[in-house]
Amino acid sequence: MKGTVKIALAGEGGQGVQSVAGIMVEAANDEGREALYIPNFGVEQRGGVSLAFCQISDEKVGAPKFRDADLVIALSERAVRRTRQYVHKDTLFIYDSSMQGIEDELPRNAKKVLAIPALEIAKKELHPRVFNIIIMGAAIEATKIVEMEQAKKAVEKRLGYKFAQNPKLRELNFKALERGAELVKESLA
Amino acid sequence: MAEKPITDEKRVFMTGNEAVAWAALAAEAEIMYGYPITPQNEIMHYWTRLAPKYKRKFLQTEDEISAGFTTCGGVLAGKRAFTATAGPGNVLMQEAMSMAEMMRIPTVVVVQQRGGPSTATVIYSQQETTLTCFGGNGEGLRLVYSTSSHQELFDYTIKAFYMAWKYRFPTFVLGDGYQAKMRESLYLYNPIEKGMPLAESYPFLGQEGRPGVEREPSHLRNTYNTEEELYQIISGYVEDYERMIPEVVEYQVSDLEDAEIVVIAHGIVSRAAREAVKVLRQEGRKVGYFRPITLRPFPTGKLREIAPKAKKLVVAESAQGQLFKLVQEALYGETVPLEPYFKPGLGITGEELVEFLQSNFGQ
Amino acid sequence: MATVPKMPKSWRVETKPHKFCPGCGHGLVLKALGEAIDELDIQDRVVFGCDIGCSLLAWDFFNVDIVQTHHGRTTPVMVGVKRARPDRICIAYMGDGGGYAIGAQHLVNAATRNEKITAILVNNCNYGMTGGQMAPTTLPEMKTETTPYGRDVEETGYPTQGPEMVAAITREGAYTARGTVAKVRQLKNYLKKALQNQLEGKGFSFVEALSGCPTNWSTNAKATWAFLEENMTKYFKVGEVKVPVKEEE
Ligand SMILES: Cc1ncc(C[n+]2csc(CCOP(=O)(O)OP(=O)(O)O)c2C)c(N)n1
Ligand code: SF4
Ligand SMILES: [Mg+2]
Repeated sequence: MKGTVKIALAGEGGQGVQSVAGIMVEAANDEGREALYIPNFGVEQRGGVSLAFCQISDEKVGAPKFRDADLVIALSERAVRRTRQYVHKDTLFIYDSSMQGIEDELPRNAKKVLAIPALEIAKKELHPRVFNIIIMGAAIEATKIVEMEQAKKAVEKRLGYKFAQNPKLRELNFKALERGAELVKESLA
Repeated sequence: MAEKPITDEKRVFMTGNEAVAWAALAAEAEIMYGYPITPQNEIMHYWTRLAPKYKRKFLQTEDEISAGFTTCGGVLAGKRAFTATAGPGNVLMQEAMSMAEMMRIPTVVVVQQRGGPSTATVIYSQQETTLTCFGGNGEGLRLVYSTSSHQELFDYTIKAFYMAWKYRFPTFVLGDGYQAKMRESLYLYNPIEKGMPLAESYPFLGQEGRPGVEREPSHLRNTYNTEEELYQIISGYVEDYERMIPEVVEYQVSDLEDAEIVVIAHGIVSRAAREAVKVLRQEGRKVGYFRPITLRPFPTGKLREIAPKAKKLVVAESAQGQLFKLVQEALYGETVPLEPYFKPGLGITGEELVEFLQSNFGQ
Repeated sequence: MATVPKMPKSWRVETKPHKFCPGCGHGLVLKALGEAIDELDIQDRVVFGCDIGCSLLAWDFFNVDIVQTHHGRTTPVMVGVKRARPDRICIAYMGDGGGYAIGAQHLVNAATRNEKITAILVNNCNYGMTGGQMAPTTLPEMKTETTPYGRDVEETGYPTQGPEMVAAITREGAYTARGTVAKVRQLKNYLKKALQNQLEGKGFSFVEALSGCPTNWSTNAKATWAFLEENMTKYFKVGEVKVPVKEEE
């Protein structure tokens, strides 16, 4: 694996893309690694695709944005279309399997294209609110940017105040992380 | 005195705007004047939250013309005053900065460049290079630091106060929307504990003592009656400026020894350039890197030393040739070819620079 | 609010749904304006200028010619158009930051010169587009991104009373009023009178519209209306401030 892992996450506003990106880079930073995260922003982001660029490395990261992602996760149809440009021959492209009729839009030049049922699992097994945490689990499994334990610590750091009020939420979030990781592990096995 | 905002050096992970607010606190800036504009808003947001805790002040003005002139006023009153802006705000700020240039008022302005001309985008560009270096009806007698990382935003914001007051030229920290909004790690420290001197500020107006009796009154003027008079003043300023150059000019270089192609970039684009040089060196390409840190004054001497040894210089920037012009001027008379890579208002990635440089080696 | 509103004829259907946040007052002001334009039947003569601020999101809102200008500069651009083409109906549409802060000198001077244009200013107590900083209209004690501990009037002054100020500096023939998106019909009537005033070439016309910014106020629908109808109208009095002197007088 090369030095810097480049991840593009995209979804609709409200899908929690930016908070996942924020927690992931914080986890890496807390492990002493170098991380860089930049969200897309503009005057009309309400209603636009929410996009997060993350890079994690053992040395200082280069340019804040990149052309060739190692991992792309797209959570909506518009996100699939928007992120195709970051795909190249070594990219793992993950999208949520709840999207229907998206086949023609999927990138053809990726190393691998994976559909994972994150939304379904969030709704049926866990809670719709932890959809983005499942995605985070998947991203971590796919890139190994941080250990699962470190990821949990970062979630705890970010959401600890909520867990304090309702300890069940901790379990729910950790479960979501693990389920996300499993989804990728199963598909890549 | 209120407690120190930063005591021990610590590693943090934050946005560039937040880093600037901490730097201004660390440099013991006393007052910020400002007007909201994306992408610098959060400098004000952090400052307004932190400032009262450390007995610092803030004024939100009615626009950037006012923010620039109130900053001049704060400095004239003897305070380490600063403002921050971007894009069309930077345009308006130039009126006040012309006055600062003419009256040698050591203002500090942090610029987070966004797309232009006009309102354009709120995101990113390097199109305020010429404006920040030469804005106003003057000679560009300013100090402009173009940063490329959060550590540098912190370091050079602190330094800007010191240099502004030492040399009495308006001083700018030139960042951009990416630096403003991205998160990465840096070390915050207290410059005093590192043995770094604080800017020594003093009043230009409102000093103690009865004017005309106990001291000379301050009569600061900005208008001259004759061409000769003005010419003499400006010539004196230019002399001061030129004397300052060797003491302040800064640059960064790497892989120059045997470099056939040297890529030149400033600010955040220099990160893509370094990335590209690293990749290409691994491929055995003889490519080197030059980055001016001070854009005003420009590191002309160093560039003229490098240029004759290279076969080609590639200038990469998120603007249509604003850095290019500085390079051209510095290299007047040299024959080394210059290859432009211009992306006005658009970020430049390491990957694309690798490909562009490869194509320049001629595959 | 969720019902599908009937669109004014002058609206551009192709650009709907509009780009404002859900629950934003700008859409209601532009609805009232659209109806006023329809009722006066002036769509083919209107030139609409929008400021930089959330008003910029209206750059393709109507089936009329529109120019998006600079932050605070819409008034002079419309003055320029009107002076060059007096047969056009020129509307300058701006926020409270655009009109009372950065563009205040233009508002004051256009009013003083009694320019025959119509300025419409959306007062939402903050800088919406840039993420909720203090505006000249921010209420005392109100928290914003640049008044995180609440607006201190000792430090930053009291909220601008725009229509009252404009009324004070204009001559006979000027029209100034303050409406609210809580009363769209009344607001439409004010806008209609303002435009009528321009049509008749009487003088400067100015309407401020009290409006909600749920995104930066962090309010739900109920709290947005409560803030608008209680807090804002307590400070900013709704009604006509100055109407042209009647002929018979
Ligand atoms: C010269 C200049 N300064 C600052 C800005 C940044 N800016 C854009 S919109 C805005 C404020 C918008 O507030 P307001 O006018 O109240 O309109 P709203 O978004 O609330 O409707 C500011 C400060 C700019 N575009 N140009
Ligand atoms: S930020 Fe406020 S004013 Fe702007 S569109 Fe959203 S709700 Fe409306
Ligand atoms: Mg406003």
